[in-house]
Amino acid sequence: MSEILKADQLTKRYGGLFALDHVDLSLERGRIVGLLGPNGSGKTTLLKIAAGLLSPSEGELTIDGEMPGKSTKRVVAYLPDRPVCSKSMRVRDLVKKLDDFFDDFDRDQALQLLSEMDIDLDKRFKELSKGTIDKVQIVLTMSRKAALYLLDEPIGGVDPAARELIIKTIINNYNPEATVVIATHLIADVEPVLDDVVFLKQGHIVLHQDVDGLRAEREKSVDEIFREVFSC
Amino acid sequence: MKWHIDAKQPIYLQLIRQIERAILSGEYAPGEKLPPVRELAADASVNPNTMQRALGQLEQVGLVHAKRTLGRFVTEDAALIASLKQKMARGMIEDFLRRMQEMGITADEAAKLIRSYAEEEGTKGKEHNHE
Repeated sequence: MSEILKADQLTKRYGGLFALDHVDLSLERGRIVGLLGPNGSGKTTLLKIAAGLLSPSEGELTIDGEMPGKSTKRVVAYLPDRPVCSKSMRVRDLVKKLDDFFDDFDRDQALQLLSEMDIDLDKRFKELSKGTIDKVQIVLTMSRKAALYLLDEPIGGVDPAARELIIKTIINNYNPEATVVIATHLIADVEPVLDDVVFLKQGHIVLHQDVDGLRAEREKSVDEIFREVFSC
Repeated sequence: MKWHIDAKQPIYLQLIRQIERAILSGEYAPGEKLPPVRELAADASVNPNTMQRALGQLEQVGLVHAKRTLGRFVTEDAALIASLKQKMARGMIEDFLRRMQEMGITADEAAKLIRSYAEEEGTKGKEHNHE
């Protein structure tokens, strides 16, 4: 089986509202995929189901052929859209926690990257800026040797210089057989690193294509195509 | 090296052109070892698969070659580099002459313009040297 993630008629309803509406999706291994859509299009819901944090209302999603659960969590590195660690925790404590919890966590790599970014391991999260917290989170997520990375708005809260650093961290540290899903609405910043894009609109996939094919076909950037697809 | 990526065009084609230019201009010397794919990709802020694809194409034309486990190297074939350089120059000239023609300037007239421009620039250069 070459696909790492497969969704079959995946549906998530909140009351009468469809966050995901019968979505079919198949992601191959070794790709960097942009999951693009405006706020409320279903990006976070899709990632949370894949991370095993939400269950579908209908249909199913599998990771390497398995339903999300204890065993898929070992191969999925998930970066939530907002930090989940306790504010009084020190950076050093979170590194230790991840090292204890995940067999695929590369502690040496994490410590090296944190020191390259001048991040003080003894600082508590409440003492760090939002941009610094985002950097810590991405470093720790990419320091796992996972088969699937799910990154929810990894560059949402940081300035352009830090965005570039985070994108370089992703390129330099993911495992080449792994698939990286980057959910974002900041398309211009991520599009040069993408293999494929998936456009989500109101719980539906409206486009799934390789980006260089898309550029050749339309002679436009993904950012411009996105604006066309989502203009009201 | 400096990269200029335009998001409106296929990125692998831009990478091919830019690496090719760096080799033809000697920025990457004949026989020089190229940085690893991932490093090149991070440097250009592009996807490693896209960089890999561009290098694969350059391998096919023979401008770079992979030595097992050692990495990728620029060709040492000076004749190949010279002939590709000629080809690139011809392409630029064709493009230039087409645009001149669109303005009603013949190839002959364009050649004269280039010659007098080169002479002007040449004397400017000499004056500069005297300073």
